[in-house]
Amino acid sequence: MAELLAVLLTIIAASTPLLLAATGELVVERSGVLNLGVEGMMVMGAVCGFAAASATGSPAVGVLGAAGAGIVMAGLFGFLTQTLLTNQVATGLALTLFGLGASGLIGEPYTGLPGVKVRPIDIPGVSDVPFLGPLLFGHDILVYISFALVAGVAWVFARTRLGLIIRAVGVNHDSAHALGFNVVAIRYGCILFGGACAGLAGGYLSLVYTPQWIENMSAGRGWIALALVVFATWVPLRVLLGAYLFGAVWIMGLYAQGLGVNIAPQFLAALPYLVTIAALVLISRNRALAKVNTPTCIGQAFVADR
Amino acid sequence: MAVLSPLLAVGLTGIVGAALFAAQGISPVLGLYIYFIEPVTTLWSLEELVVKSAPLVLIGVGLAISFRANVWNIGAEGQLTIGALAGSALPILAHEWQSPSVLGAMLVLGALGGAAYAAIPAWLRNRFGVNEILTSLMLVYVAQLCLDWLVRGPWRDPQGYNFPQSVAFEGWQLLPTLGDGRLHLGAGLALLAVVAAFLFLSRTLRGFEIVVSGQAPRAGAFAGFSRARMVWFCFLLSGALAGIAGLAEVAGPSEHLQPIVSPGYGFTAIIVAFLGRLNPVGVLFAGVLLGISYLGGEAAQVELALSGKTAQVFQGTLLFFILACDTLILYRLRWVGTARGGDGD
Amino acid sequence: MKKLTWMVALLAGLVAGQASAADTLKIGFVYVGPIGDHGWTYQHDQGRLALEKALGAKVETVYVEKVAEGPDAERAITRLARQGAGLIFTTSFGFMEPTLKAAKKFPKVMFEHATGYKRSKNVATYSARFYEGRYVIGQIAARMSKSGVAGYIASFPIPEVVRGINAFMLGAQSINPDFKLKIVWVSSWFDPGKEADAAKVLIGQGADIITQHTDSTAPLQIADEKGALAFGQASDMKKFAPNTQLTAIVNNWAPYYLARTKAALEGKWGSSDTWDGMATGMVKMAAYENMPGDVAKMAAETEAKIRSGALKPFTGPIYKQDGSVAVGPGKSLDDGTLLGMNWYVKGIDDKLPQ
Repeated sequence: MAELLAVLLTIIAASTPLLLAATGELVVERSGVLNLGVEGMMVMGAVCGFAAASATGSPAVGVLGAAGAGIVMAGLFGFLTQTLLTNQVATGLALTLFGLGASGLIGEPYTGLPGVKVRPIDIPGVSDVPFLGPLLFGHDILVYISFALVAGVAWVFARTRLGLIIRAVGVNHDSAHALGFNVVAIRYGCILFGGACAGLAGGYLSLVYTPQWIENMSAGRGWIALALVVFATWVPLRVLLGAYLFGAVWIMGLYAQGLGVNIAPQFLAALPYLVTIAALVLISRNRALAKVNTPTCIGQAFVADR
Repeated sequence: MAVLSPLLAVGLTGIVGAALFAAQGISPVLGLYIYFIEPVTTLWSLEELVVKSAPLVLIGVGLAISFRANVWNIGAEGQLTIGALAGSALPILAHEWQSPSVLGAMLVLGALGGAAYAAIPAWLRNRFGVNEILTSLMLVYVAQLCLDWLVRGPWRDPQGYNFPQSVAFEGWQLLPTLGDGRLHLGAGLALLAVVAAFLFLSRTLRGFEIVVSGQAPRAGAFAGFSRARMVWFCFLLSGALAGIAGLAEVAGPSEHLQPIVSPGYGFTAIIVAFLGRLNPVGVLFAGVLLGISYLGGEAAQVELALSGKTAQVFQGTLLFFILACDTLILYRLRWVGTARGGDGD
Repeated sequence: MKKLTWMVALLAGLVAGQASAADTLKIGFVYVGPIGDHGWTYQHDQGRLALEKALGAKVETVYVEKVAEGPDAERAITRLARQGAGLIFTTSFGFMEPTLKAAKKFPKVMFEHATGYKRSKNVATYSARFYEGRYVIGQIAARMSKSGVAGYIASFPIPEVVRGINAFMLGAQSINPDFKLKIVWVSSWFDPGKEADAAKVLIGQGADIITQHTDSTAPLQIADEKGALAFGQASDMKKFAPNTQLTAIVNNWAPYYLARTKAALEGKWGSSDTWDGMATGMVKMAAYENMPGDVAKMAAETEAKIRSGALKPFTGPIYKQDGSVAVGPGKSLDDGTLLGMNWYVKGIDDKLPQ
């Protein structure tokens, strides 16, 4: 029982950064913008979060700093793609490149320093309930934020006018514009939101997961998050499934090694990627259902016609 | 404007770079010199520049064609790896085969390997409608792990004390080089690819299909251009080119197979393709420019004790500015009077 | 004006190419990782700094970090040689072929390649007997573990890592013959996220001692969080987990670097193969902490015995996992066998990935 609990807790920790980043990117893509710069925003969030926490000694400031860094990077992306109408794919890649380099530069004085950790929330009494206690409670705030975010996003898209507007902008921005919605402003908002989430994901890495700053700390998680959004066919709750599926397969691979299972470690390491592809193939079999939520305008620049 | 814009971008990057250098206490002029001018001043450096840029250009050309048709092959790195693997099978498994034909066979196998690996996302896209960005990207990691397993396991050098390295390629199994330097056939192949791609896009029907398919998909559909065939073609072509580039790295400068065959060429080539505005000749220039920035970054580390991360910041900034300056070409800026509720400018 | 002179001097240096053994010896270092990894590369750089401190104006050091193994490496090494370096240290196995190739082009430059096995007239190799340290921490682990199970976070199944695992196990078995080991391969030398995950999984499976052959401080931090004990790797990682680090195996390259540089300065340098350990100070143990006094005493004694040569970790009888005898009682495994080690000792249940 204790072992199962330990595994579940490890999976939760591994999946949280993916969930945070993917949820944000889902909102961005739903509004019709493809931001490939998640990796760059994430790693900038990691370094700025760490720097902010180290400078002030407060993990809360660190979390805010991480989100803030993500917003700034996303703002840069937004300015280039929405105002200057640059190619979104290329701009996103440039953002990643820039983010990786800039984070390394910013992080130089912070390398090799032990970090300030975000403390888990300990609710006395409740956290002590065997098994369920530590499983449901006793996590740090970012884990709860990740769940709240995905639930909130799902609710906004399904039940609110704002969600409807965002979806409309993503499906056909010309029609949305004709209806009087400010497409650019809505997209900016979504882009900044996505940036904040990616920054939070990065902050999670440097403030909770491994409390330190290392170059390229995100280690490709931004790309996984992007893939997860596609995997989820832009449905928020499926992002939750995808993130946890990926995290679970990854951790179980390590677990199997610990048990002494005689499978090549490279194969076990490849499993999460293969499983994601397989799952997506299964989901895509119903073409009509898969296409329902696709933001048709994704990646196209919006030029307002009078 | 079309020529001015990239120059403006380079100029702006230079200004940012100068500021970066000044902030780190280094003379901006010296910094810019070491970064951009010095790599082209010596023969050795020029040679190394070609060696570094060749795979970028080779892969970039394939990706440019692919991206033009809106087929997003993000997995060139994986196709490169499998191509290197496939081509290396010959020297590793049939080490005694020494004749010009082994080199040809290796190149063919490299191309086939890359193409076959690229066929997976293409098939998944056509058959199941699965987004190719996801599949091609995920397959990159799978390919790298596959290579890792092979090099550490069945394909390691029996005389190598169980270290993860294959036997060294010899004689005809190596790409021919110019003189005794490192300039190898891969460079020639890259140039060939540029020319071929240029002719392809401008002179053939298939090329025309690709250009139209990308710019106006519905028009293309009405004209009878099959989207599915387009996806196959683009993936197979870019996969093959990536595979050749991978094989060229392994049989050229590297001379054996090891766990990591490329420092991210497949991803950098995506940037090269965009920098070159998806035009084969542009890709050539963009590849060289990026190569310069790599070499310059390394030189700066050695001669100025400048941090290696600055190179990446540079590349990102350069790309930003080029994209931003492109706006000047694609759109005309107009001031809109404040009376109107303006947007979009 | 100063800028112009600078530039001219640089150009001249570039065109001239190689260095003469002038008053100042330029020494180049090629690192595979970042200096900030606080592990492998960090320790090499500490060696470089020690050189500067000890030899002052007689040497000028220069380094390139994060050089990918492969074609890029050859260029980086060549660049250093062209810049006038007379002695170049290449600090990763994957630099072996590039070093040899560069050495051919620059016959007057001296090259030192770490952890490799190919030499030439101007290429020497060097490595450290890290496994000696592993034996000591194996003993400590067996004494300190309450569950009798340790977790080992390993990078790649190459002989060096396998040697380390075996030495650790032999050390543990000398105290507790039933000691158990759980091994996880993370397929990377440095990936804090993966290493943290591996540590969590191992602790969850019952290991209460964590050791690693990867370079980040993440496993130590996780052990600290979860109440396990751990060992630092390649450098003293105490400040990341002051209450958890028992000791660390510290790579101390300074004495070797100093010796080789002095030989180069005096014109006495020659190609050689050096595989030193505790005896010459290449392998050191960090302070023994967070353990009872008698365990620390035992560890110090073992360390002293290894240093003096009285105890060799791979002394028989040693049985391989398949039951066969690796070496008989009283005899030690020779260096050749150690160099190519690709089998586990008896007592390890996992199968070695082949």
